[in-house]
Amino acid sequence: MKIGTPKEVLEGEARVAMTPDSARQLQKLGYDCVIETGAGALAGFSDALYKEAGVEVVKTAAALFKASDIVAKVRVPTEAEVKRLTEGQTLISFFNPAANEPLMTLAASKGANVIAMEMVPRISRAQKMDALSSMANIAGYRAVIEAGNNFGRFFTGQITAAGKVPPAKVLVVGAGVAGLAAIGTSTSLGAITYAFDVRPEVAEQVESMGAEFVYLDFEEEQQDGAATGGYAAVSSPEFAAAQLAKFRELAPEMDIVITTALIPNREAPELWTEDMVKSMKPGSVIVDLAAEKGGNCKLTVMDEKIVTDNGVTIIGYTDFPSRMAAQSSTLYATNIRHMMTDLTPEKDGQINHNMEDDVIRGATVTFDKEITFPPPPPKIKAIAAQKKEAPKELTPEEKRAQETAAFKAQTKQQVGLLAIGGALLLAVGLVAPASFMQHFIVFVLSVFIGFQVIWGVAHSLHTPLMAVTNAISSIIILGALMQIGSGSALVILLAALSVFMAGINIFGGFLVTRRMLAMFQKS
Amino acid sequence: MEFGFTTAAYVVAAVLFILSLGGLSGQESAKRAVWYGIVGMALAVAATLVGPGAGLWLLSIILIAGGGVIGYIVATRVQMTEMPQLVAAMHSLVGLAAVFVGLIAHIELGRVMAMGEAERAVLDGFAGLLAHKTGVEINILRVELFLGIFIGAVTFTGSVVAYGKLAGKLSSNASKLPGGHMLNAGAAALSLICLIWYFNTGGFFPLFVMTLAALFIGYHLIMGIGGADMPVVVSMLNSYSGWAAAAIGFSLGNDLLIVVGALVGSSGAILSYIMCKAMNRSFVSVILGGFGGSTGPAMEVEGEQIAIDADGVATALDEADSIVIIPGYGMAVAQAQQAVSELTKRLRDKGKNVRFAIHPVAGRLPGHMNVLLAEAKVPYDIVLEMDEINDDFPETDVAIVIGSNDIVNPAAQEDPNSPIAGMPVLECWKAKQVFVSKRGQGTGYSGIENPLFYKENTRMFYGDAKESLNKLLGLIS
Repeated sequence: MKIGTPKEVLEGEARVAMTPDSARQLQKLGYDCVIETGAGALAGFSDALYKEAGVEVVKTAAALFKASDIVAKVRVPTEAEVKRLTEGQTLISFFNPAANEPLMTLAASKGANVIAMEMVPRISRAQKMDALSSMANIAGYRAVIEAGNNFGRFFTGQITAAGKVPPAKVLVVGAGVAGLAAIGTSTSLGAITYAFDVRPEVAEQVESMGAEFVYLDFEEEQQDGAATGGYAAVSSPEFAAAQLAKFRELAPEMDIVITTALIPNREAPELWTEDMVKSMKPGSVIVDLAAEKGGNCKLTVMDEKIVTDNGVTIIGYTDFPSRMAAQSSTLYATNIRHMMTDLTPEKDGQINHNMEDDVIRGATVTFDKEITFPPPPPKIKAIAAQKKEAPKELTPEEKRAQETAAFKAQTKQQVGLLAIGGALLLAVGLVAPASFMQHFIVFVLSVFIGFQVIWGVAHSLHTPLMAVTNAISSIIILGALMQIGSGSALVILLAALSVFMAGINIFGGFLVTRRMLAMFQKS
Repeated sequence: MEFGFTTAAYVVAAVLFILSLGGLSGQESAKRAVWYGIVGMALAVAATLVGPGAGLWLLSIILIAGGGVIGYIVATRVQMTEMPQLVAAMHSLVGLAAVFVGLIAHIELGRVMAMGEAERAVLDGFAGLLAHKTGVEINILRVELFLGIFIGAVTFTGSVVAYGKLAGKLSSNASKLPGGHMLNAGAAALSLICLIWYFNTGGFFPLFVMTLAALFIGYHLIMGIGGADMPVVVSMLNSYSGWAAAAIGFSLGNDLLIVVGALVGSSGAILSYIMCKAMNRSFVSVILGGFGGSTGPAMEVEGEQIAIDADGVATALDEADSIVIIPGYGMAVAQAQQAVSELTKRLRDKGKNVRFAIHPVAGRLPGHMNVLLAEAKVPYDIVLEMDEINDDFPETDVAIVIGSNDIVNPAAQEDPNSPIAGMPVLECWKAKQVFVSKRGQGTGYSGIENPLFYKENTRMFYGDAKESLNKLLGLIS
């Protein structure tokens, strides 16, 4: 089958859904690759590079749609593009199915199977095809770079001959993939980075990236992020108020604010209010990654950069990934390639649209002339559940009390055992003759020594221990040797057999032990 | 030679034996310790041969030498993976020898008792020893030799069955005759009756009946214990062989036998205790056989087992810095220890931190895995115990499970209804990635479903352990 990638038609979109590298991998799966001329030009991949990778280059989009069985692209297709689809053709692309009902109906009526990349479920197995995450990662990185571009100072604090430079303070709101990427970029540039998220369980991730998590003084049973597939949910009004109060407190100190807070299928929540912008220092920068959904700051203008009256720059670009087209194309093309790998279990170049598979089912929005959106919830929940309460730390007093109790119990046990043992010995001594008692004392002492000695044996030497105890338990040969000389033929026969068997044991046991021990070597 | 000399030699031998066991606390001192044991044994045998009571010493030496040759051949030919069988087989010899020695004591006792006063006075050797005993002492002697024969007989058949199970000649499943433990209890009660009977009459018949009953107990007891409990069984039999020797020592009035028997007996008992603890099971429940009934339905295992090929494992190993290998009985079965060692060597040459995690009950014998790895020349200082390494798993990049199952089963911690709930396990699932080398899907020895195989960070590397690892070795140079 043929996989084709057209040139993106949206103005300013520089990404491409197939790179020469991904094409090579797709060919390994048994597919032929086609690309529209100039599709990769803006991302830095020339037609020549594609040809070198064995990709057929066609002149027009129309020809491409005709030639390919599977069309892979980046942006939500236009109506014109969807009209070109034919029955049985597969389209893999971002689709925004929740807000794109008419287009979905059109695609279904055409009989095309559409896989929406943003619908890939968030389970570990599907991470390799999670295009939202790979794009968000780029957006987070680029947000910091854009902010730096518009920020008049260093990120890192410096003391130079020409004076002292304070470090920039960066606040990242929302610690999803984009937020975490922003945190990482910002800390590695040297800024003091703070981060906030409504899901307290991500505090650990934030701190692992080197940022400080902003905690709210707010007592409420937080809902478990795992229950909503790892995305944030709408918070209560009280919580929202506490959150805004905290931001208000932080706003005058912050030089750069990056907001990434999004709730699936909803308008972005307002987190950075007008008065907060007003309280910020001139020259500060706000990057609103939620601009496409209305923005976390109401002053944000989508796709534009504005400067407020008090000199705060607000960046509302929505095309961060496209601004790094080479990188984002590579990642997106790899996501597509992984999706194809899952769709081609036999590696024979034939698509197997398995609607039983959680990932494929979740991402498919139209199949076999039917609209299959929204998908049923995936069978597997994979996101780490909120941490259960840690075991209570013991105070030193409690610890000491526990230790004394344990010590007392131990003493009691030991004394009890000694008393019972002593009593038993005395009882035996009362009835048994002296000659027996002599042997008995030897026996008890030996058991005691045995217990003391064996506890010290290394775990790794337990097999040699068994072999050596086995060898020395053939000490029973002494008994046979003492008896062999006295009595009848039967006695001699039995004793001789015993001596013989014990002989096997002595030699076998010791030799095997030696063999084993000789093997233990230090590195 | 004087009696005093023999006694002195016995004391020296006893000290040497104690040192020999104590020396096993470290790998280096252990090499010296075996020599202590050998010298002690040689001394004890020599002293007995020249000491009072011995006769036919030429025959004795020939027999020892003959046995020695067989022992030598067996010891040099045995594969390290067959160690459990060998140990079990050798226990059976000790048990049988104890039975014979006890029987001789009985025969001699009967002969001496039948003699008149004058005849007794001229007896020497073992018979002479018997001749000087008083009535009470004779009674105690009967109890002692009765016990010696009983324990010896249980050890004998028990070890034979254990040998059969370990060598794969018998099914390793727990199987019981109808009646189960009631049969064992009945046989034990019968033995007790025989003891009283024998105590009063001194006849051969009760002794004979008891021997049969004991042989049956040994057989039936071990038949009823499942394969996963084998380490406990072997160390338990080890313990029994010691107690048998001690009981015989009492009846012969030989202190060295008592000392050594007690040492071996307590050693085996401690090993059994350690093994039971490692499985979070009481000794009684092991002896009673089979895993205890679970208190409710086992937790549903969700997800799927995801397979991976050698390429994937090689890539992951290439990227990992810290690797922990968890070997189990499967490695022994596949004879994969050489391949594991080679893999370890190559990874270590690349500067990776490779370590081994050994669960106390991995394999079929206490310390079984350590011996196999040592045979394959894996340095012992990277082979760690469960307690030493369990906390390190969260910092481990890759954990490789080779042929082990129950000892890495998270159900022991997560599912209170699991039959192995509460058993300490190696927490390998906390590593970033886990590869499980396994012959195919399906449960392990104990038949318990293992949720580890369904975890998100687990990949199944199906195939015979040795072949899989060799494939892997081809990709890692």
